[in-house]
Amino acid sequence: MSDASRADSPVVVPEATGVARRSLLKGTAGILAAGMFPAVHSQEKIVLRYLGTAVNQDKAIAEKFKADTGIEIQYVAVTTDDVTKRAVTAPNSFDLIDTEYFSLKKIVPTGNLKGIDTKRIKNADKITTLFTTGMVAGKAVGDQGTAPKKVIYLEGEKSKKFATAPTQFMSLIPTVYNADTLGIRPDLIKRPINSWAELLNAEFKGKAAILNIPSIGIMDAAMVVEAMGIYKYPDKGNMTKKEIDLTIKTLIEAKKQGQFRALWKDFNESVNLMASGEVVIQSMWSPAVTAVRTKGIACNFQPLKEGYRAWAAGFGLPTTLSGRKLDGAYEFINWFLDGWAGAYLNRQGYYSAVLETAKSKMEAYEWAYWMEGKPATQDIKSPNGDVLAKAGAVRDGGSYESRMGGIACWNAIMDENNYMVQKWNEFVAA
Amino acid sequence: MSTTSTPSLPAAAVPGRSIAAWWQAAPFTLVFALFFIIPLALIVMVSFWDFNEYELLPGFTFKNYVSIFAGCGDASEGLCVTLKTYYSTLKFSVLVWLITLVIGFTVAYFLAFHVRSSGMQTLLFVLCTIPFWTSNVIRMISWVPLLGRNGLVNQTLMGMNLVETPIEWLLFSDFSVVLAFVHLYTMFMIVPIFNSMMRIDRSLIEAASDSGASGWQTLWNVIVPLSRTGIIIGSIFVLTIVMGDFVTIGVMGGQQIASVGKIIQVQTSYLQFPLAAANAVILLAVVLMIIWGLTRLVDIRKEL
Repeated sequence: MSDASRADSPVVVPEATGVARRSLLKGTAGILAAGMFPAVHSQEKIVLRYLGTAVNQDKAIAEKFKADTGIEIQYVAVTTDDVTKRAVTAPNSFDLIDTEYFSLKKIVPTGNLKGIDTKRIKNADKITTLFTTGMVAGKAVGDQGTAPKKVIYLEGEKSKKFATAPTQFMSLIPTVYNADTLGIRPDLIKRPINSWAELLNAEFKGKAAILNIPSIGIMDAAMVVEAMGIYKYPDKGNMTKKEIDLTIKTLIEAKKQGQFRALWKDFNESVNLMASGEVVIQSMWSPAVTAVRTKGIACNFQPLKEGYRAWAAGFGLPTTLSGRKLDGAYEFINWFLDGWAGAYLNRQGYYSAVLETAKSKMEAYEWAYWMEGKPATQDIKSPNGDVLAKAGAVRDGGSYESRMGGIACWNAIMDENNYMVQKWNEFVAA
Repeated sequence: MSTTSTPSLPAAAVPGRSIAAWWQAAPFTLVFALFFIIPLALIVMVSFWDFNEYELLPGFTFKNYVSIFAGCGDASEGLCVTLKTYYSTLKFSVLVWLITLVIGFTVAYFLAFHVRSSGMQTLLFVLCTIPFWTSNVIRMISWVPLLGRNGLVNQTLMGMNLVETPIEWLLFSDFSVVLAFVHLYTMFMIVPIFNSMMRIDRSLIEAASDSGASGWQTLWNVIVPLSRTGIIIGSIFVLTIVMGDFVTIGVMGGQQIASVGKIIQVQTSYLQFPLAAANAVILLAVVLMIIWGLTRLVDIRKEL
């Protein structure tokens, strides 16, 4: 009170001018903090260039993060293969990479990724055991291929090698993951589908499609080969040349008989193929199935008896990142694991890396539908408000434990990768 | 034809080119060297390098070229991937070339000889270029909903009871690829052919008709030979574009049809740059051979 009156009447009390100037300065600082001087404020702004595939680059996530922290996320969307290519050839072109664990075998040996210090990650201890030990609900899941537990730890911050036992440094902090299977159009197939072998069933001649990302497509093909009883692989994610030959030969024979309508490489392609009815059965990603459904077209992400092909993505930091941008990147990762983003992803049919925080941001009925495999007690909506499932519906594949517990293999980079790509080109040319 | 050109010009231009001429040529030479010669030399160099999963290993090896032609010597297995891919790419090139040539020549002929007023000619010519105001990819993708299994064409045919089940070969087939190519690249034929037709002296056609030549005879013996430059330039455009294209073949062929460009793209996305470079060098050699063959048929420099 007295301060204010003194400040209000500097003429009457001359020695008070200093105070008035000080309070004016304080006021200016307040205005600065509130961001009312844009020119000054823009110097404070951090912009993180986020390299990844379009699927994971949700506008709502960037907007919410900016609203919460003032840090801007600038999405750089490329295809899965190009994420790896950029990470290897142009590590200065991004500040945060969102890539899959299987790509690490190519990226980590280049030294372009910095080990992420788990001491700076608030929820590091709460990351699901699927990543750290390869277990779901206390049971080990399939670890064929590049299972995250094989590549998640680095020997040190600047290491180019994977650690065999847990360390303080992670190569990627897991963000989203899922277990993929075949997508089908139940309205056009009109009978139950329960095996990977159906993909090459002549009944769907000219109406099937497969993923044209060789390192993932070959895994789907391997699931089919096993389901057809042609061969049992010791490790589908690391085939020998002979095994690759056999797998590709099976694909080529099917292709020559006109089995495939198309091959797809990009999320939207798979949605269009399915939604237009060009294809009735194809290997598919869960959010793509969701996308078809939001158009009001029946589409199932069909659980199959042989299990799922799993994948997992995470955030990595380029070695060159430092200073405030590095702090900003850590802030983003911490924010991401803090629940809001996790709940957002869970509602799209993905799974979040820290389940506990995501649960706290979801309604009980949503959690029961998405994670516990229980029938929906009310309509289930996507994050943007489209109805995904009516009350009473049950999620494809059931609960988290039955879905993630049913993993047969992980997306992989094989030792014979070069040979595999060459043979894959042969399949495309056949 | 005309005798007005000064006879001293060629004699003065050839021996002892002045410094000024070199300076005039310098900017383009520089651009050409910087953006074409040097990158090309790098590609050739890299094509002899070795590589592993994540890095290029400088050195000198024929490994990449050998692996491209692996299995090509064995006739019992049928064609190897590389030859099969080139066969498929060449097949599209020739088909598209033939069709665009016929359509392009016809359109150019109509514009040049049937449309009398030059205002109308300009108007129709601009009309031809309108499709180029939208991007290639959009013009291509717009075919998809039209030709699909449940697309407009099939719906119409079925609605008219002309077919009972949807026609499958309309989309994701050789047909759709050729269709899209013709749609995209006929313009590259029309422009140079129209250009050379416009330069044909109209009195030659009158002379042909006065000498009793029929319409076809005039076309075949007068107009076609005199449009040769345009035809060759248009052919070079179309053939080289189709040889290197992989987007159109990918989108319209449902990613199932091989093309050399596609193989190069897959290899670069898997960081097999030396292999991709070797493929690019081979593709360049093939395309250069085609262009060389075509330029044997006409001396473009003289005709221009």
